[in-house]
Amino acid sequence: MQRSLPLGLCFIMGILMILQFFSPHPISQQFFDTIIKWIRIISAFALVLGVRSISLRHIETVKRRKSGYIYSIFTLLALVVTAVLGLVFGIGPKAPIRTIFNNILVPLGATMFSILAFYMASAAYRAFRARTIEATLLLIAAFIVMLGMVPIGNWISPHFPSIAEWLLSVPNMAAKRGILFGVALGVIATSLKIILGIERGWLGGRR
Amino acid sequence: MNISLDIWTWISAILTLFIFSFLYGDNPFYKFAEHIFVGVSVGYTIAITWHNFLYPDLIVPVFKQGNLINLIPAFLGVLYFSVFFKNLSWMIRIPIGFLLGYGSGVAIPAIFQANIIRQIQGSLLTPKILERKDLLIGSIISLFGIISTIIYFFFSREQKGVSKILAKCGIVFLMIGFGASFGFTVMARVSLLLGRLQFLLRDWLGLIK
Repeated sequence: MQRSLPLGLCFIMGILMILQFFSPHPISQQFFDTIIKWIRIISAFALVLGVRSISLRHIETVKRRKSGYIYSIFTLLALVVTAVLGLVFGIGPKAPIRTIFNNILVPLGATMFSILAFYMASAAYRAFRARTIEATLLLIAAFIVMLGMVPIGNWISPHFPSIAEWLLSVPNMAAKRGILFGVALGVIATSLKIILGIERGWLGGRR
Repeated sequence: MNISLDIWTWISAILTLFIFSFLYGDNPFYKFAEHIFVGVSVGYTIAITWHNFLYPDLIVPVFKQGNLINLIPAFLGVLYFSVFFKNLSWMIRIPIGFLLGYGSGVAIPAIFQANIIRQIQGSLLTPKILERKDLLIGSIISLFGIISTIIYFFFSREQKGVSKILAKCGIVFLMIGFGASFGFTVMARVSLLLGRLQFLLRDWLGLIK
């Protein structure tokens, strides 16, 4: 019961989802729409576990006065204030949470990703030393694509943008498609193993 | 110089500088901004989940329209909390099984269609492509690249003779592909960096137009 019920549910859901894909009948489409709503509801409950976990971790840090507990206070404050503002005033275009989103979340996220440019540059310096033919190819391709995307590339040679575009759409696409076939077959095989109950790692312990 | 007087622009600018301070090394300013980011992200997710999913999909149908069928996913969702009770903790497998079954079932035909059928269609030398000389060479190179890349990843037999040569060609395509992808990603990050610098110099300090 403790293992067969979840395994059976997983099997039934998997088979139903595969079957509904091939059926254009309105009942099948309605069934799919209903299941999507159900998935959203179930996932929302899973969020509670996540929020509880992060909150408890920071509350524990504050309670025990662990090093950096002051930052945990800021995390909890930011969490509570944003959540309360969002729940009370809604998420409309003029709601306070939109101001927080546009002026805190978006700039912080963009800046976090933008500083990766510096780390990628330093990583590239170490990785791109042209020691082998393969590394040289990688270096040249990256160099051409980068130059082809900035005005200075066009200024050096008007051919740079078109060569960069060709590199992205022909050899890059070919390599990506080759990898994609393998990834797709891997996903399908793993999904089948889960549906058929061969892959049971998600059941956790032996009980 | 036309410094912004908007309090939110100042907050954005200061938090941006705090994040940039990580380039010097880990420091209290960066940690502060990082923790604020985590807190706001979680708070925002809570609000979005309530207003976009729980309220319209559960509260309205059940309490305002009397559609009790939506209590089934709510019951499945509540089973997540069984993890807090030792004797009932196995029940958490039920919603996980439901989600995994859904995800796997949806993934099989969708991935097969999008990542295999469509990609094969896009790689084939169709009569349309054979008629267009400007696309023909690129398409032949692309098809050769795909076949040689797949052969490079074929480990079931020892690669020797023709397959070894093709596998070597596959490495060439892979390296050019990785290089091009890397260059593209770097430029995307640089674009983000320029956006942040533009915000600091234009929107905050008013130094550029």
